[in-house]
Amino acid sequence: MEKFTKMTAIAVPLDRANVDTDAIIPKQFLKSIKRSGFGPNLFDEWRYKDHGEPGMDNSKRPINPDFILNKSRYANARILLARDNFGCGSSREHAPWALEDYGIRVIIAPSFADIFYNNCFKNGLLPIILPETMIDELFATVAANEGFQLTVDLEQQKITSESSSVANIDISFELDKFRRHCLLEGLDEIGLTLGHAEDIRAYEKKQKEITPWLY
Amino acid sequence: MSAKTLYDKLWDSHVVRENDDGTSLLYIDRQLIHEVTSPQAFEGLRMANRRPWKLTANLATPDHNVPTTDREKGIADPISKLQVDTLDSNCDSFGITEFKMDDIRQGIVHVVSPEQGATLPGMTLVCGDSHTSTHGAFGTLAFGIGTSEVEHVLATQCLIQKKSKNMRVEVNGQLNAGVTAKDVILAIIGKIGTAGGTGFAIEFAGDAIRSLSMEGRMTISNMAIEAGARAGMIAVDDTTIEYVKGRPYSPKEEHWSQAVEYWRNFYSDADAEFDKTVILDAADIKPQVTWGTSPEMTIAIDETIPDPEMELDPVKQEGMKAALKYMGLTAGKPISEVSVDVVFIGSCTNSRIEDIRAAAEVVKGKKVSSTITQAIIVPGSGLIKQQAEKEGLDKIFLETGFEWREPGCSMCLAMNADRLEPQQRCASTSNRNFEGRQGQGGRTHLVSPAMAAAAAIAGHFINIKEV
Repeated sequence: MEKFTKMTAIAVPLDRANVDTDAIIPKQFLKSIKRSGFGPNLFDEWRYKDHGEPGMDNSKRPINPDFILNKSRYANARILLARDNFGCGSSREHAPWALEDYGIRVIIAPSFADIFYNNCFKNGLLPIILPETMIDELFATVAANEGFQLTVDLEQQKITSESSSVANIDISFELDKFRRHCLLEGLDEIGLTLGHAEDIRAYEKKQKEITPWLY
Repeated sequence: MSAKTLYDKLWDSHVVRENDDGTSLLYIDRQLIHEVTSPQAFEGLRMANRRPWKLTANLATPDHNVPTTDREKGIADPISKLQVDTLDSNCDSFGITEFKMDDIRQGIVHVVSPEQGATLPGMTLVCGDSHTSTHGAFGTLAFGIGTSEVEHVLATQCLIQKKSKNMRVEVNGQLNAGVTAKDVILAIIGKIGTAGGTGFAIEFAGDAIRSLSMEGRMTISNMAIEAGARAGMIAVDDTTIEYVKGRPYSPKEEHWSQAVEYWRNFYSDADAEFDKTVILDAADIKPQVTWGTSPEMTIAIDETIPDPEMELDPVKQEGMKAALKYMGLTAGKPISEVSVDVVFIGSCTNSRIEDIRAAAEVVKGKKVSSTITQAIIVPGSGLIKQQAEKEGLDKIFLETGFEWREPGCSMCLAMNADRLEPQQRCASTSNRNFEGRQGQGGRTHLVSPAMAAAAAIAGHFINIKEV
């Protein structure tokens, strides 16, 4: 997994609550047996005017100019500003795969759906939860200042604006220690767990007495 | 020892070790596998040169991509076919039990596992599918995971988890005639919202829940995720134990009484504390129909479509306006005047024998309205299909004008050939009314099997009492 330490980038505001993983990556693209290549189909039904299918040349498809990701000022965005309950619905990890493949590394929202939130950390994505009022402020600042960039520093747990910028953003965010550590180091969680193989075997031995029908 | 909730008991009995950072290594007794969220997990195992930790803990079946017609012709879509073939070859090469497409036991993974007795009380169960919450109906800690975690469980039989908070949803009193488990769970989601359960493990309780069959309880737990909760559990009782008895994967004679004694511990102690409690009166619940693009956007059959202007929260108001636009509906219209093009009875929410019987009872001797383009019924497994045919239910449906299909996820998420056309309106017994869920531009209204069957006959939504 790719590490996440610090990044400065444009933030794209997706002003919509309850964005579900079906919207992030529609089902027809879930037929892939690979982990990569989902970026061009991120938000497919909102991004394009036609119906997308796997194998299409996405560069030739009609773009929906009204969709926020298609606005030229957000072309290089790597931070997604979102609303409540982002990533609800299906557990598909293809959703964080698509975001990551597109170039998004940070998602900032008032709340996330649990499974999506969890899946982000397995793929080097940093989901940040902030109070609604701060999110409102970020939406307003981003809208008012074209080219506005945010710096997200995981080590310091801070979101800041460039010192030369018009708006002064200086926000601290919370994150649990384990997830922060894994992301900063790009750790392989399976390797970590296998380090406890003796504990797992001891648990199984004990359980075999209590629930023998499972062994 | 202090009083514990059902969730506390399930959690505590599966902790392998507690880490300093507040996470725990949790042991997973059962993993269910399907073709969509597993290929990258198997690939990851191979790349790291790892083997499954405990082969017999896994059970696989293809369900999302399988065709529901002409099974003998195989899968027409080459990309779908490759995904199902990949599951077959992964299971074969690693030695995992799989009910393949031509096996009578094949079906929707969340229908198949309980039917086989592979879902048992007191266990932890995961699957790369959010509707894994279904299995909570058995007093099981069951939740959906992503593909990286599928690989983690394959390799270690464990997950690194942080404990959720406890929420209790009580439905007290008796349900009115015509009100089903589906109406109850939609009413619950309507009350607490699609994010109301985020961060919580829900326990469903109260006499209205107790009175449900296992099929009904599975419908309730299935949609816990639609309220934001990864897990939705129901305490073990005689109904649970009676259902589990004698199934292929259930404990055999020599362990049966030990198992029953163990399972009977899986309930919340009387004085256990919950972080949040929500109470509903069963008598207030009427048959539900969703009107929008989120399961919380639900109303009773005798209500009118709500007006966004009455909503004070600007983000919610925008959401309602967008939903009405997508659904092609106007505020103030009675939902019973909304006509339907397609009827879909199936999915991991409502494709079990009881659901099929309930729909058959409504349509028996009647005809599907001439205004309906398509009405399909997709049993949850090959064994359910066989049982329904033994009871003659297939004939009832065929005579009515329904199509009788092969088992799979089908039009719930339209990964196979079964899907809505743009603007088609569907009365669906599935679990998600998201934009494009049943096909791009398709409009989904979530209802119970009886209400879907009634809509097929009337051509519009209607209280089943009036059919």
